[in-house]
Amino acid sequence: MKTTTKAAAAAATAAAGTGLAVNWIRRSRARAAAPGASAESRNRWRAVTVNKPAAEAAPDGKLPEPLAALGDRVEVRITPAPDGRGTEIAARLRAPEPAGPAAMPGRLAGRDPRQEVRSALRESKTLIEVGEVLRMDPQPAGERTSTPGGKLLDAVTKRARAEGML
Amino acid sequence: MKALCWTGINKLAVETVPDPQILNAEDIIVKVRLSTTCGSDLHLLGGYIPAMRAGDILGHEFMGEVAEVGPAVRNHKAGDRVVVCSFVSCGRCWYCEQKLFSLCDNGNPNPAITEAMWGYAPGGCFGYSHAMGGYAGSHAEYIRVPYADQGAFAIPDEVEDMTALFASDAAATGWTGVDQIGVQAGDVVAVWGAGAVGQMAARAAILKGAERVMVIDRLPERLAQAADIIGADTINYASDSVAAELRERTGGRGPDICIEAVGMEADSTGPHYLYDQLKQQLRLETDRAIAVREAVHACRKGGGVFVLGVFGGLVDKFPLGAVMNKGLTLRGAQMHGHRYIPEILDGMARGEVTTSHLATHVLPLDQGPQGYRMFKNKEDGCVRAVFRPAG
Ligand SMILES: NC(=O)c1ccc[n+]([C@@H]2O[C@H](COP(=O)([O-])OP(=O)(O)OC[C@H]3O[C@@H](n4cnc5c(N)ncnc54)[C@H](O)[C@@H]3O)[C@@H](O)[C@H]2O)c1
Ligand SMILES: [Zn+2]
Ligand SMILES: [Zn+2]
Repeated sequence: MKTTTKAAAAAATAAAGTGLAVNWIRRSRARAAAPGASAESRNRWRAVTVNKPAAEAAPDGKLPEPLAALGDRVEVRITPAPDGRGTEIAARLRAPEPAGPAAMPGRLAGRDPRQEVRSALRESKTLIEVGEVLRMDPQPAGERTSTPGGKLLDAVTKRARAEGML
Repeated sequence: MKALCWTGINKLAVETVPDPQILNAEDIIVKVRLSTTCGSDLHLLGGYIPAMRAGDILGHEFMGEVAEVGPAVRNHKAGDRVVVCSFVSCGRCWYCEQKLFSLCDNGNPNPAITEAMWGYAPGGCFGYSHAMGGYAGSHAEYIRVPYADQGAFAIPDEVEDMTALFASDAAATGWTGVDQIGVQAGDVVAVWGAGAVGQMAARAAILKGAERVMVIDRLPERLAQAADIIGADTINYASDSVAAELRERTGGRGPDICIEAVGMEADSTGPHYLYDQLKQQLRLETDRAIAVREAVHACRKGGGVFVLGVFGGLVDKFPLGAVMNKGLTLRGAQMHGHRYIPEILDGMARGEVTTSHLATHVLPLDQGPQGYRMFKNKEDGCVRAVFRPAG
């Protein structure tokens, strides 16, 4: 642990003033302070901002339907965005989120609980803003020949609303 | 129906595919009359944007006739002649309200890919890979247009099909660059690339009152169009030093505004071209930013550089020092067409915006693969190959 801090300090001297180095130090400090607890492992609030006042986004505090469907599995927080720029809708899983490489099989199989939170948030946003979720099937296409790249892309697009940075 | 599909890197085929359907209440189906190749397609065709799936229908710049309307459509009815913006935007999210339509939050049903690449997902675009939404493209007899009240525009009677076609994307892109970087009356503007996009950027700058506009390319037939039809001065980078010409022609100051309309496959006569090409082939950089570098270098102190050419990922040897020390404003965007198409159509109706000369090769859809070959290799003076899906 000591070496990590030293290495970070050396890098910071080399790149004095860069935000990168500062972040790096902060992260190694955090690691030094709480061994084993990575920044990723705590449950995150995932949030979308909708372009409507709270009274329209969640009339009488009523949750948009895709989020309501998640029931007790999530906590939900609805707050006005700064400067009246819409409403922030945030959701957080109550059960611990899967973390690290062990989460991969669940993500690929579409069983990761974060995925339904992301989909619900994205769908809520588009329902509130435009009233309908865009449908993409069926669409015209030519022959979908099977290739390794194609398989990968199919897997990615199948989880299109469930993955991403949200 | 018939459609032109991407089937693999540098491979296209005309296939018989199912007709599109109305899937959302705000959709229309357009019977495509004209659909053009665009420089952006070349990046897809060559596999530089790796989110294409065999069978994807290409094409995003098109006009046609409304064939069917969804129950919530207010502004269009069957039979109307429309030009459709290449980007799909809802018109109601915060970005659309700011008139930054290509950043629409509700236009890309596939946000995960571009969020991973860029942090946040821009909107969607027809026929532009699964990264940009996975919408079926316009090189087909029919196309589904979501959010049709926002993205489809009635064409004034005085404007012919072939003129209106380019309001969809090329002209709207030029307008986006010139307006967003803030070209003002009296400015000296340099534009890299004399393709349809560069020519339209030059025209937009002239209409904004730029005092002198210079277009840079190496293809004489394109430079001739930029001079004769658009009304710009030209520089041939194959036979002249761009940096020295610009310095000489701007009283030693450099252009106030530099607009790059070349993109990630830029070429050059210098040795760095080989360097960039090698790195790109080895996937050590994804884009060749040759023209952007030159623009940043040539721009006057405190000037503006706008990147209209499409880039996908990482570039090498980017002159960040010049941006910082010269106090430049550097911006880029996919086109915010919804904002500019009405004004472009008006300009077309008044005869101020000429575009039909860009359609150097008009072909039936069956000749789609040949059309792309000509456009890609710039054969026979091809500026744009335009398809008529109805034959
Ligand atoms: N921002 C947007 O929304 C948007 C929309 C449409 C197209 N585009 C992009 O704009 C770019 C141009 O599109 P186009 O349809 O005109 O393509 P195009 O291929 O017809 O034209 C590109 C031109 O750039 C020239 N060129 C190449 N290297 C050059 C260099 N180093 N200096 C000067 N000129 C050079 C080529 O000779 C060619 O004439 C593409 O990257 C395309 O993807 C962006
Ligand atoms: Zn285009
Ligand atoms: Zn929008």
